[in-house]
Amino acid sequence: MSAPGQPAPAGATEIGTASPAAVGARGDDARVAMKERLALLKRSKSFIAGNIIVGFWVLCALFGELLVKDPVASNPINDLIAPSADNWFGTDKLGRDVFARVIAGARDILIVAPLATILATVLGTALGLVTGYFRGAVDDVLSRIIEAFLSIPVIIMGLLIAVSLGPSRTTLILTIGVLFAPIISRTVRAAVLTERELEYVAAARLRNERTPYVLFGEILPNVTAPIVVEFTVRLGYAVFLAAGLSFLGFGIQPPAPDWGLQVAEHYGVISGGFWWPVLFPSLAIATLVIGVNLIADGVASAFER
Amino acid sequence: MGLITLLLLSIVIFLAAQVLPGDVGRRVLGPFADQASVDAMNHQLGTDRSLIVQYWDWISGVATGDLGESIRNRPVSDVLIDPLVSSAKLALLSFIIVVPLAIAGGVYAALHEGSFRDRLISVGGLSATAIPEFVWAVIFLVVFALGLGLFPTTAQFPEGAGIFTQLKYLLLPSLCLVCVLFGYIARMARAGTIEALGADYTRTAVLKGLPQRTVILRHVLRNSLLPTIAVVATQAGYLLGGLVIIEVIFNYNGIGLTLARAATAKDIPVLQSGVLIIGIVFLVATLIADILYSVLNPRVRLGAAE
Repeated sequence: MSAPGQPAPAGATEIGTASPAAVGARGDDARVAMKERLALLKRSKSFIAGNIIVGFWVLCALFGELLVKDPVASNPINDLIAPSADNWFGTDKLGRDVFARVIAGARDILIVAPLATILATVLGTALGLVTGYFRGAVDDVLSRIIEAFLSIPVIIMGLLIAVSLGPSRTTLILTIGVLFAPIISRTVRAAVLTERELEYVAAARLRNERTPYVLFGEILPNVTAPIVVEFTVRLGYAVFLAAGLSFLGFGIQPPAPDWGLQVAEHYGVISGGFWWPVLFPSLAIATLVIGVNLIADGVASAFER
Repeated sequence: MGLITLLLLSIVIFLAAQVLPGDVGRRVLGPFADQASVDAMNHQLGTDRSLIVQYWDWISGVATGDLGESIRNRPVSDVLIDPLVSSAKLALLSFIIVVPLAIAGGVYAALHEGSFRDRLISVGGLSATAIPEFVWAVIFLVVFALGLGLFPTTAQFPEGAGIFTQLKYLLLPSLCLVCVLFGYIARMARAGTIEALGADYTRTAVLKGLPQRTVILRHVLRNSLLPTIAVVATQAGYLLGGLVIIEVIFNYNGIGLTLARAATAKDIPVLQSGVLIIGIVFLVATLIADILYSVLNPRVRLGAAE
């Protein structure tokens, strides 16, 4: 999409002079700005590279299981075999094929991380709109609670919630969603604070529009840029946190071929010289996180200016 | 102000730990225990009382230094004190390595803004930050402990080990934390330095003929490192979270491993007091950063005096 009818972009770094908060008081402007951003995004190297990496893992998540051996079929006689032509990444301590488990393991994390991030974004956006728009007592009280909430490292808060709810995939999604919502709400709140002073909001109020409409129909479309950026950034952290919680045993449960879980099950055998059941899933996590972060980097530089 | 946040914090932790599915005794004993022993467990833990009573009991105990008893009937403070000291060692070592390294890296990148070296430090640093700490741990363990045989595969040094042996055991785990922290701190130091380099006072200093060394040390760095202090403090909180995973994978008996074990054993009293302590450490770190910031920043200091 090359944004027909728009002045030709002079250079990747010079378009979109307005800040996202100020862009598009009218719907048309917003649409034009969005087109420009997408055009920028398509030329961002890190966005493309990130999409290739994440795309690879998405394909693995969708079709991987059809192409590799059974990721959960254990075969204790052939445990901890070093990588060979038969088992490319070797076998783990239950004799399962590590290559199959790495490929099939993409599915769990690619279900958990995006769903959790969507949940966090919806909750956080609603919270941010309310605290930013009403200010006053509502904002004070909610902001204080959020501040208290954020003074605990997410992984530890996650541990606490996961213990209460019991480990499962749903728990993981809910935990990450709830933990990231306050962080997103702060970004949205900051954008809403500038937005609410603009004339179109005053006009909507004078038209006697109902408050929910002003929030979601008028202000929300104008703060989408920071929300999109926040979503992609949080997605990277969601992968990070989901892998960490699974590693600690509070996420996906055995015998699922989850990457964090594989590392948790096998880090004890590293000292015995068996590095392959641990290193390959670790590298898988690393590439996925880097891929998502490359996308986030591209989105941030196209949207945040 | 801080006290209100602290109070809210304790309520948040209490609710997260206690309320969600209600029956603590059932969670501790599992689905197959008979109802009588679950009731007995709840009575012993005091979890058959109303939530407000439980919260008051816990928080008034915390205020007087009594953290209650773990589900294994040990005082919670005894369970937590040694691991806290161990974790402080590990955290301190990581900070001693990462803060000067990241500041030097950030300033160096800023002085060579736009060059390949700058790109290497900023992009490399941020990529390193994005990778979970246990992935770093695995890579370091495979390369340095297994491949080169330079370091032990655990961090738990033998009882009564000398300081150099302790360092040898703690170096790999700290390096994992360093990798995760370097990017953020270096980025702040770099951004601050670039801003200070373009400021009017720097131009004045250069124009009045001061040597470059003096300009950078006295005019640029004093201003550029202020925002970095705030980041270092927030990263202190992050570091405490990172400790959980690092301590588990290196089997190091710190607060992180203790919390992870308490979580597995559903030892709620240990868990909620441990988490509260971490929250307090974070709030204190932020407070110290605020104070340092105003002490070091003449604008804030003089502004307050007027």
